[in-house]
Amino acid sequence: MTGQDYSKRVLIVGAGIAGMQAALDIANSGYEVVLVERLPSVGGHMHQLSETFPTLDCAQCILTPRTVDVGRHEKIRLHVYSEIEAIGGEIGNFQVRIRRKPAYVNWELCTACGACTEKCPTPIPVEFDRRLEMARLMRSGQVRHEGTGKAIYTLSPQAVPKKPVIDPSYCTWFQKGRCRLCEKVCPVGAIDYEQQPAWFDERVGAIILATGFELYPLSKLGEYGAGQVPDVIDALAMERLLSASGPTAGVVRRPSDGRVPREVVWIQCAGSRDPELAMPYCSKICCMYSAKQAMLYKHKVHDGQAYIFYIDIRSAGKRYEEFIQRAMEEDRVLYLRGKVSKVFRENGKVVVWGVDTLTGLPVEVAADLVVISPAMVPSEGTRRLAEMLDLTVDEFGWWTEAEGNLAPLETKRPGIFLAGAGSGPKDIPEAVSQGSGAAGKVLSLFSRWERAGHLSSHDVGRE
Amino acid sequence: MKVSYFPGCTLNTTGKGFDNAVRASMAAVGLELVELPEWNCCGATFPLIVDNMLELAAPAHVLVAARNAGNGPLLTTACTTCYNVLRRTNHFIRHHPDERERIEAFIEAGYSGEVEVKDILHLLRDQVGFDAVRDRVQKPLTDLKVACYYGCMVLRPPAEVAYDDPDHPHTLDDLMAALGATPVDFPHKNECCGAYLAVKDAGITRQMVYPILKSAQAAGAEAVVTNCPLCQFNLDKQQAEMQKLHAGYQPVPVFYFSQLMGLALGLDSGEYGWERHYISPGAVLGRWGE
Repeated sequence: MTGQDYSKRVLIVGAGIAGMQAALDIANSGYEVVLVERLPSVGGHMHQLSETFPTLDCAQCILTPRTVDVGRHEKIRLHVYSEIEAIGGEIGNFQVRIRRKPAYVNWELCTACGACTEKCPTPIPVEFDRRLEMARLMRSGQVRHEGTGKAIYTLSPQAVPKKPVIDPSYCTWFQKGRCRLCEKVCPVGAIDYEQQPAWFDERVGAIILATGFELYPLSKLGEYGAGQVPDVIDALAMERLLSASGPTAGVVRRPSDGRVPREVVWIQCAGSRDPELAMPYCSKICCMYSAKQAMLYKHKVHDGQAYIFYIDIRSAGKRYEEFIQRAMEEDRVLYLRGKVSKVFRENGKVVVWGVDTLTGLPVEVAADLVVISPAMVPSEGTRRLAEMLDLTVDEFGWWTEAEGNLAPLETKRPGIFLAGAGSGPKDIPEAVSQGSGAAGKVLSLFSRWERAGHLSSHDVGRE
Repeated sequence: MKVSYFPGCTLNTTGKGFDNAVRASMAAVGLELVELPEWNCCGATFPLIVDNMLELAAPAHVLVAARNAGNGPLLTTACTTCYNVLRRTNHFIRHHPDERERIEAFIEAGYSGEVEVKDILHLLRDQVGFDAVRDRVQKPLTDLKVACYYGCMVLRPPAEVAYDDPDHPHTLDDLMAALGATPVDFPHKNECCGAYLAVKDAGITRQMVYPILKSAQAAGAEAVVTNCPLCQFNLDKQQAEMQKLHAGYQPVPVFYFSQLMGLALGLDSGEYGWERHYISPGAVLGRWGE
């Protein structure tokens, strides 16, 4: 095989901020990108965030230009609502089989008018909103939903592509054999209850794995209510409550009764730094985002009290420590150094039992809302993908880098690169840097293939 | 079904009523508890200092007696502390071959963890089943609201001893529901009762017990039910003092689960040790004509 035969196309798995950065860098250099995303639209977790630390930029505002670019770029072939089914081959010549899940909507016909999502009578707990049980609030008109939170939905009003999908596990037609309201209101006849999965085969020369992370589930944190207390939520749910495009339109309301919480407790290291019960590692971003969330909460609820229980504050990053100081001094967030032993419901409150190790005293807070910072864990499916690619993950499931210090973007297989939080907890700037870094790695491959016309030792082995 | 039974010192003395009720009610549902012919102290606290051979040798000696008793591989006990010690020692022996050899030399018997130690509630749940218990109920505990209290000994450390969710246990609740009672939900089912602090400083024990009982009563409980002799003692005894310290505090009786089980099964409860209760269970018992 000569250089001309090597595919100078790249597969990127995951369209979060790292995957999108890599995709845009490569596409803007003139090479074709195949971008695969499991969800119906791109943007990843950053799309769920309210604002970013340490600048308090509106996450959606700085993200949407990227998502729109990704959605419209002539060099990016976007496969959303899709998963990798099989990958074979090697550097220069990978064969990829992609499976698109049935959306039950013909996206070729759909004009994204929103009639279906507006008229759909079935509210559902949405994963994008961390399944916040806001249905009751929704009925009372306290919760806004612009095409989200229904059995036919888009992830957000800013979704790219903004095409709806039907969740058959909730849809009344799939469950009870009646309704079909979305079909009736669709002006272009795009609803297709018979839609089947579709398969696509792509040939690429390189792969970037930008599979990202998830949060350790609250159900595994028994001491914090095991996910059974409605007003104990995880940090991503809090992002949704703080976000102007979230289920409460940016008004912080607690899930149980929709009241604006006056006392909010953040609990750090829930499942992180906990070798006995969960993960031994530090999830790295929680100290910063909890300071940000507490700050944003105080900006919205001026007379509210924010408490943060922490082990120690890890604010290593440019302007990060100053940001923490600002939360403490300007926004009067009360930092309590100690672990929380127990969270339970009593008299409509969520009672937090913790300790302040600086005074050596036990602390009890009768809170309205508790926000947990669960450990970051690898995305579901990372292991399966690793097996498919004959790559390794560590004992927690994070991608193993070829070499931690000097080859953090490479895997042990030539032509397959890593970007973002799939190889371990990272914040946004790091994930973006890795996206660009992995793109650079791919571009240097393609460039060499064009100049030399063949693989070099540089490509297939590391010096 | 025959099972080796280890009463332990508490159930042989101050907890005799608990013991009587356990033996009678288990027999009534087909579990024949055969007391070990020769038994000694369980060791009472699990060896935190693993070098202390005596604290491992005592429970190991009991485990050997159970193996040699010829009643199958199971050993059960109703004392939660004995359960914790015996179970953890067994676990320790299974996982530490070097230490095992030292223990074997000390007790002059070979033992590699063949016995399976199960708490009596665990055995009742898995060998008999609460549905079978429900079928034998003669006097259902209808309308009795109970707060089920587990303490820590059957829950922690989870990997070694727990047969229930350590944070949200429900075995006792399920049993009480089978007997016709109404278990109430309250958040302190697994809180520390103060344990042996009662010996050193009863005031601290009171401080620990008060929120547990308050919370149980706020949830509507008319009685507390427990499976732990030490918890029973602390919850029961401290209430007399609490009445003096907390104005308007209304005490609640604290039962062993086996007492209520015997009652519901229609057994003769004359030997259940009612006279040893600090807070009289009379008002509750009166509802079933006892």
